[in-house]
Amino acid sequence: MSPAHLELRDLSVWYGSKKALDEVSFSVPRHHVLGIVGPANSGKSSLLKTINRTLEFIDHSRSAGAVLLDGENVRDIPNVYSLRRRIGMVFPLPVGLPLSIYDNVAYAPRRMGIHHKDQLDHLVESCLRDAVLWDEVKDRLDLLGTKLSGGQQQRLTLARALSLEPEILCLDEFSIAIDPVTTMKIEEVLMRLKERMTIILVTNLTQQARRMADAVAFINASQLIEWGPTEQLFNQPAKELTGRYLNGEFG
Amino acid sequence: MTERTPSRGWRAALSSAADWIEKPIEALIRACGWSSIVLVAAIFCFVFWYAAPLLPHIDWFGTDGFFTSTHWHAKEREGATYGVLAMIVGNFAVALVAMVIAIPCGLAAAVYISEFAGPRSKEWFKVGIEILAAIPSIVWGFIAITMIGPLLIKYAGATMGTNLLNGGIVLGLMSIPLIVSLAEDSLRAVPDSFREAAMALGANRWEIVYRVLFPAARSGLLAACMLGVGRAIGETMAVLLATGNKNQIPTSLTDPITTLTATIASEMGDAEAGSPHSQSLFTIGLLLLVITCAINLTANLVIRGNKRASSN
Repeated sequence: MSPAHLELRDLSVWYGSKKALDEVSFSVPRHHVLGIVGPANSGKSSLLKTINRTLEFIDHSRSAGAVLLDGENVRDIPNVYSLRRRIGMVFPLPVGLPLSIYDNVAYAPRRMGIHHKDQLDHLVESCLRDAVLWDEVKDRLDLLGTKLSGGQQQRLTLARALSLEPEILCLDEFSIAIDPVTTMKIEEVLMRLKERMTIILVTNLTQQARRMADAVAFINASQLIEWGPTEQLFNQPAKELTGRYLNGEFG
Repeated sequence: MTERTPSRGWRAALSSAADWIEKPIEALIRACGWSSIVLVAAIFCFVFWYAAPLLPHIDWFGTDGFFTSTHWHAKEREGATYGVLAMIVGNFAVALVAMVIAIPCGLAAAVYISEFAGPRSKEWFKVGIEILAAIPSIVWGFIAITMIGPLLIKYAGATMGTNLLNGGIVLGLMSIPLIVSLAEDSLRAVPDSFREAAMALGANRWEIVYRVLFPAARSGLLAACMLGVGRAIGETMAVLLATGNKNQIPTSLTDPITTLTATIASEMGDAEAGSPHSQSLFTIGLLLLVITCAINLTANLVIRGNKRASSN
């Protein structure tokens, strides 16, 4: 196995006195897709928030353990904003920022100092193409992002995340608000994006994880129950609980 | 409505009573709703009624015209003139100064409280703002005379402590709590998911505020500012004490001025009921009503327009 691109070491998260994540450890090699599955409220989203350090924004939250990005503890990265630009994030419910479609996608590149019109145009187009949204919006890029339908907004957030050209793309149940056809399209896109980035796919669709992930981590009630190559987990889970969850017996 | 009583008969009786009482309660609520509109109309009629006898005799746009001159000699029995130009200018000037102070400070404070302050200090700030909003305007008047006035004489080169700038400062301070609490409400109403999304793109806190929160909360922030303006224009007591009450068009910030509201407040006591003088003050009142209604209507239109432009 190649050296880990992202590694979690004994990562715990608390909100106040409530433990949301309990000493979770795993690692993801570069250009792999890791599926994180588990029932709602088991700590999956908190896990993503520790990676780009947006957890720090939540009152009364704290974390222990380490998140290593290329071997470097993210907590030691002095400029948190530069860290966040290396990590693309797609949330479960689409959040169109109150900007035009174009500006939504161009937001991050502009911040990184790209102001040349042609360059931006090109970037916006390629990100929107990657997110399978270009054909639907190419004639109305000035429209407010919030005016798009839910599924379109979700693809807009994907385009926006891609505009950072992130090393790691985290998707938090991205298909929750979109139709199956669009979901399949995005899945195809993600399989292509794998060439360029490492993908963390949080999902409660076990079959989605099976289709896409190289490895799967199963989290239940704040704890990492099992973690391993996808087929192994689906075919010969080490723990009984894992098998029951993946077979849809609870969750 | 659903009392927890062991007896079943009781409960049935209670619920049928509740059914019976439904209609009168609905009527009462409807009456309360309509009363707001009826009252506004009634106030307009009332003020108009008391001003009416004088209205045909007022010269509106002539040399001593109501809107075009500064000659306010309403007490004279012969040859009275009713020019309120200076008061209108004074009113708007003092409101403008107030807003130049209150809008930036108020918005900045709202942003700080909603986005930067810790959860505990946030509560303290809110209590402070509420207390600030509850200070009676006459107390602000005292502050204007005894504290701000001397400071302006000392540091701003004013000959009189009570002047346009003093009034503006006091009105600004009075409007700040209103602007802060309304603006803070509308900032807090922006879902956290917006903040998270912007943060995940590498935006820093300031960028989140001005690129995401301000656009998303725009209509609420505008409403906050507009209500601040409304307060500044309608405020009377503090302005009366702070502005020097001199009927002239100001040429500098340290000139004493007067306003529509202050004129009514200071002269109403001397005006004999039913006299042209009293009627002229009611005419000013009518003008004030029209101005504040116009501001509120504009605010509503602006807000509605904005909502339409930015809603889903």
